[in-house]
Amino acid sequence: MVNFERFTLSNGLKLLVHPDRSTPMAVVNVLYDVGARDENPAQTGFAHLFEHLMFGGSVNIPDYDDPLQNAGGENNAYTTNDLTNYYCQLPAENIETALWLESDRMLSLAFGKKSLDVQKKVVCEEFKEHYINKPYGDVWHIMRELAYKEHPYKWMTIGKELSHVENAALQDVKNFFYKHYTPLNAILVVAGNIVVEDVKALVEKWFGEIPSGEKYNRNLPQEAAQQEERRMTVHRKVPMDAIYKTWHMCGRRDDDYYATDLLADILGGGASSRLYQTLVKEQQLFVNVSCYHFGSFDAGLITIEGQLVKGVDMKTAEDAIEKELNKIKKEKIEERELQKVQNKTESVMAFEDMSVMNRAGSLAYYELLGDGELMNSEFKKYQDVSVEDLYRIANEILIPTNSNTLWYLSEN
Amino acid sequence: MPDRKTAPHIKDAVEYAISLKRPEQFKLDNGVEVYSIQAGTEEVVQIEWVFKAGNWYEKQKNVSSATNFLIKNGTAQKNAYEINEFVDFYGAYLNRTCYNETAVVSLHCLTRQLEKILPVVQEIFLEAIFPESELIIYKQNMKQRLAVNLQKCDFIAGRKIDELLFGIKHPYGVYSELTDYDVIEQEHVKQYYDQFYRNGHCTIFSAGILPSNYQALLNTFFGTLPLNQSVLEKQEHLVEPAVQKKWNVINDENGVQGAIRIARPFPTRHHPDFPKVQVLNALFGGFFGSRLMNNIREDKGYTYGIYSFLVNHVHAGAWMISTEAGSDVCEATITEVYHEMEQLRNGDIDQEELLLVKNYLIGTLLGDLDGPFQIIGRWKNLILNGLDDSFFYNSVNTIKNISSEELKELAKKYLNPEEFYELTVV
Repeated sequence: MVNFERFTLSNGLKLLVHPDRSTPMAVVNVLYDVGARDENPAQTGFAHLFEHLMFGGSVNIPDYDDPLQNAGGENNAYTTNDLTNYYCQLPAENIETALWLESDRMLSLAFGKKSLDVQKKVVCEEFKEHYINKPYGDVWHIMRELAYKEHPYKWMTIGKELSHVENAALQDVKNFFYKHYTPLNAILVVAGNIVVEDVKALVEKWFGEIPSGEKYNRNLPQEAAQQEERRMTVHRKVPMDAIYKTWHMCGRRDDDYYATDLLADILGGGASSRLYQTLVKEQQLFVNVSCYHFGSFDAGLITIEGQLVKGVDMKTAEDAIEKELNKIKKEKIEERELQKVQNKTESVMAFEDMSVMNRAGSLAYYELLGDGELMNSEFKKYQDVSVEDLYRIANEILIPTNSNTLWYLSEN
Repeated sequence: MPDRKTAPHIKDAVEYAISLKRPEQFKLDNGVEVYSIQAGTEEVVQIEWVFKAGNWYEKQKNVSSATNFLIKNGTAQKNAYEINEFVDFYGAYLNRTCYNETAVVSLHCLTRQLEKILPVVQEIFLEAIFPESELIIYKQNMKQRLAVNLQKCDFIAGRKIDELLFGIKHPYGVYSELTDYDVIEQEHVKQYYDQFYRNGHCTIFSAGILPSNYQALLNTFFGTLPLNQSVLEKQEHLVEPAVQKKWNVINDENGVQGAIRIARPFPTRHHPDFPKVQVLNALFGGFFGSRLMNNIREDKGYTYGIYSFLVNHVHAGAWMISTEAGSDVCEATITEVYHEMEQLRNGDIDQEELLLVKNYLIGTLLGDLDGPFQIIGRWKNLILNGLDDSFFYNSVNTIKNISSEELKELAKKYLNPEEFYELTVV
């Protein structure tokens, strides 16, 4: 049970405070309601590039990292297709340093030319390291374009191509900041060894006078229901063939999300899952196979990914996957199997909540979803899923006309 | 508006008193030592069984890692699926990892489920059977996984630099070829299991919110096993470092990045310079605010990240710099690494920079000790290296008190380019 209090400043900034006196540390987590899906299609990768620029100095403070490290703190940030999150942890006595730093960069960045030039290069190296110079690194680039025709999920967070990052200009950076990095579009969580009233006063002091900015109204083109099966084959310099199959699924806030999540776990979540047991262990067609999704806020993709044993025919492998899918669509699963994945989920949630840093991040995430309190109540929604729900979802989603299949073949 | 130009007052982290909570300690009936940290906010536990069963003891390549991996893939009573299903059903995680000296089986689960799962853990320590069918799948899958890794420049660089430092025959320098997996036989694995697990040497580390009867529980399931009954035969391995210092490897002619590793031999934790060099290393390349990161990422943009670190093996160590950089800037990156070494040998470290590093190290140490799993992790490291908390407190005091002059002397002693191996893999 995570206890917290919620406040809203007069400029619209939401503040959640979660005291935990068992730790000597404090965490300041700032989530901005902006991700790669909010980018201009001609300037993809911008939300993530921007995350890098947030460390290049703010209007009154030339460097973000030095004062934080000097206060014994460390920090990091990440960008997804849906959101951007910044977090730092430091000894609780020094919490004001973190609030000073975070509030100044919410007020305004320094917008230095040098910072932009360097971070464009850094992000290009990140792009190369993870998506070009790695076997199978371009899979999601291809799959997103295959599965999404309208929705901005059709590009990756890192960007559609290197040139989009290389061409980013200072004016674009400023526009992006003023549009998205405002109190109205942010959620601030302060957690750890702190007193609620003290935090409230300090937050009021540092964030209270930041102009609220305009609320960003998201109006993204939603993906129309897919009507025909889509298939694609590529040849790459990789040692073994791989298959990727995706089906459109509901978004994170949908009632069906919980059943879909459990369905993925039953199919391909770990060593006792159906696909792993039949395809890796019994039939030995795959070296590895798994089923997962990204928890996307808008309608997402449930994915089956498998690397084939050398010499196995791709058609044979795909047929074996289909056979398992047919089984789950025809025969209702046993209660014990449902209970297994519910138990796994309960355990994952308990371990996730162990550190105060994770708890702060989760609170911000659930508040963005609609209510921080979901952090405490969400497991109930998993418990309420029935075998009938799983049966219905499997039959709704796992059908050919809703599917995208990528054969990723070895050139050799 | 508040005064935004002036930083708020801070408590310098060097003023913090840091303590490492001592574990409870007791022995099972067979002599197995158990260390535990009772703490936490969630009703969860972690238990690690640490066996002296790493590749230090193997006579044939990969037998230790194969044994460790397959230990939960079948017992006299349950097949691999039944074990996995059982563990998953209770929402537990039963993992295994093979290191150089040790091989670990670890369990994470909700406190209330612990009692249900322990019998299965006992079963795999007593009655694992290593079915031939599981071994065949393992060998095939490991070979294919290796084939993928062999395309990655960072993977090739990581194993090559270990070979240069320690020699291909040493447990720290050895690596696998695809054909090595073909010759592993069931008999080798069974024999290794019998000697180093069933009749092996084990220490248990547990942490979290432990049930009130956990001592009795552990004794019931593990105190009766034939563990720690014999004296472990000492194994010696000769370190044979390479003679040639500079290496360029081309793994992929079209590679857009190169993996760079620059490393020298360095003593173990038992050497008096070790805690001091940890501070110098932080300043050099040990964290995001380090000189290497500031220069090579934040100023030049050659890389997504660059770090230096001490390689902490039990018997021998190294000091290493590691990065992936654009193919066209690999040489420039290496030049800058040597330039930063030179600056540390000959330039001055100003007080402001040193205080920042000290504050950062103490602050993160405070954060790293937050939580039962983190605390027991520290203790595991100390105990397995034959150390106690005096090492920890000595490190803390070193961070707080070391001077720029001492750091400069250490840089002169250790940061000499001619003593480093330099490797680039594209």
